Amino acid sequence: MKTMSNTDQNDNPDLFLPKEQKPAIDLKGSVFTLTVLRLQSNDLADVERELEERLALGPRFFEDAPIVVDVEILKDQALEVDFPALVEVLRKLRLVPVGLRHGSHDHQKAALGAGFALMKGGVIKDLPSVTQPAPKAEKPAKPKKPPPPPPTAETAESTDVKAKATKVIYQPIRSGQQIYARGGDLIVMAAVNAGAEIVADGNIHIYAPLRGRALAGVTGDTKARIFCQHMDAELVAIAGHYRVFEDQVPPEYQSKAVQFYLDDEQLNISLLA
Amino acid sequence: MAKVIVVTSGKGGVGKTTTCANIATGLAQREKKTVVIDFDIGLRNLDLVMGCERRVVYDFVNVLQGEASLKQALIRDKRSDNLYVLPASQTRDKDALTQEGVGKVLDELKESFDFIVCDSPAGIERGAVMALYYADEAVVVTNPEVSSVRDSDRILGILAAKSRRAEQGEEEPIKEHLLITRYSPRRVSIGEMLSISDVQELLGIPLIGVIPESESVLQASNSGIPVIHNEKSISGQAYTDVVARFLGENKPMRFVDEEKKSLLSRLFGT
Ligand SMILES: Nc1ncnc2c1ncn2[C@@H]1O[C@H](COP(=O)(O)OP(=O)(O)O)[C@@H](O)[C@H]1O
Ligand SMILES: [Mg+2]
Repeated sequence: MKTMSNTDQNDNPDLFLPKEQKPAIDLKGSVFTLTVLRLQSNDLADVERELEERLALGPRFFEDAPIVVDVEILKDQALEVDFPALVEVLRKLRLVPVGLRHGSHDHQKAALGAGFALMKGGVIKDLPSVTQPAPKAEKPAKPKKPPPPPPTAETAESTDVKAKATKVIYQPIRSGQQIYARGGDLIVMAAVNAGAEIVADGNIHIYAPLRGRALAGVTGDTKARIFCQHMDAELVAIAGHYRVFEDQVPPEYQSKAVQFYLDDEQLNISLLA
Repeated sequence: MAKVIVVTSGKGGVGKTTTCANIATGLAQREKKTVVIDFDIGLRNLDLVMGCERRVVYDFVNVLQGEASLKQALIRDKRSDNLYVLPASQTRDKDALTQEGVGKVLDELKESFDFIVCDSPAGIERGAVMALYYADEAVVVTNPEVSSVRDSDRILGILAAKSRRAEQGEEEPIKEHLLITRYSPRRVSIGEMLSISDVQELLGIPLIGVIPESESVLQASNSGIPVIHNEKSISGQAYTDVVARFLGENKPMRFVDEEKKSLLSRLFGT
């Protein structure tokens, strides 16, 4: 899953006008953050299973989220897509399909019929895709990945994509509460108590006891890290690789300042010196 | 300006109703005009603990639904002219509590009382949220055990998110007080209970008092005379201290004894 990100330029100027003076409609151009689902297979059972696994990592982050389906890969392979069935799969998982990107003419026709809008442009952030990469051995040995092309191609909308929002929380996060920093990092300046959950697309920093659950890189960023000043967590996860501290944190890390990071799909913990 | 105090906990059986009866009685003893409201619709406990169960004619739900006036429903305490009880209904269901209705009743009470003490039902559902919604201050009643602390934490989250003060966002947030009840220094020292400092550290709000576990509380409940009337009871004295602190006085904590190794520190070996 990838994320297209842009700013919302709508500033609601008419909100406080008395009703009589308000026109019935107001048309404005706005840009929104949408999640793009890149289909790499037209087998909807596979798609559903993998999506379900993926969503289980952060059950509520994508709840009712608008989804753009990108079928570029299927177009290249001349594969058909059963769009009405796809809509059913997405809705079942509480996603709201809104648009299609990069389809063949046939894809577009079928998608329009199933209620999709046709999307153009958009900038995709470089996050790993839904499916695992093919095992390394099967690939022909390449010296090194070519550097990514400069991000000029897509559109001028990309100017503020680099500035990631950071969410800062000053109040304790208590049992039953969940905080999600969408699209960026999360900094917490107060305790995260047992039964609370903090989640970020980016890194997480906690400058207080972490007694609950912390999940970083939930949209797949394997480079994300979690830093905490006082480690008493119940669960920690980065990009879906998690570790449960069921009874107790290992004594060498108990109540210590630590960081978590992924190294070759392995979730590691180390003391902050 | 009248103050609305909610006594809440998340968990049941921790001592909310007992605390309501004693804080309300204590405030009345200090010449504050006080009314205590039972939000625990369907259970109706407060009137028993206050010893006025045989004088209930109309209740909170009757008032909310316009079937009785506040004047008709309020029961004056036998022992204090300053204290009134607004009992819960035993027969109606909780849906009778609406935010608007409760707000109206509280506004009317604010005109004649200094303190309005709200006894919350257990849980985090509608009844509990209604009881805390209009609060200015909250007494979070917690027993020194992990599950009670967890539920109090949950309620603190709800106070911070779903109360009127939280929703309006302009006023000060609800002033929170931690009250540890059913505390047994002996059970703390043998590690069966969390210590005061454990509970305080986990919840991170100021402590207003510690009420020791004592037989006299049970006797008081059964006889319908809140334990604060019993000057010999250490729990009664502890409630008197709580009321004094609530009114801004500085009182050292009593009946807490020396803490030895607590459950948390034993568990974690610190
Ligand atoms: N400090 C105490 N010592 C001994 N028993 C207590 C104490 N506080 C409360 N109790 C008893 O615990 C039970 C539950 O108290 P109650 O006030 O009804 O709790 P809640 O309203 O939270 O459900 C009652 O039987 C009460 O008498
Ligand atoms: Mg009760």
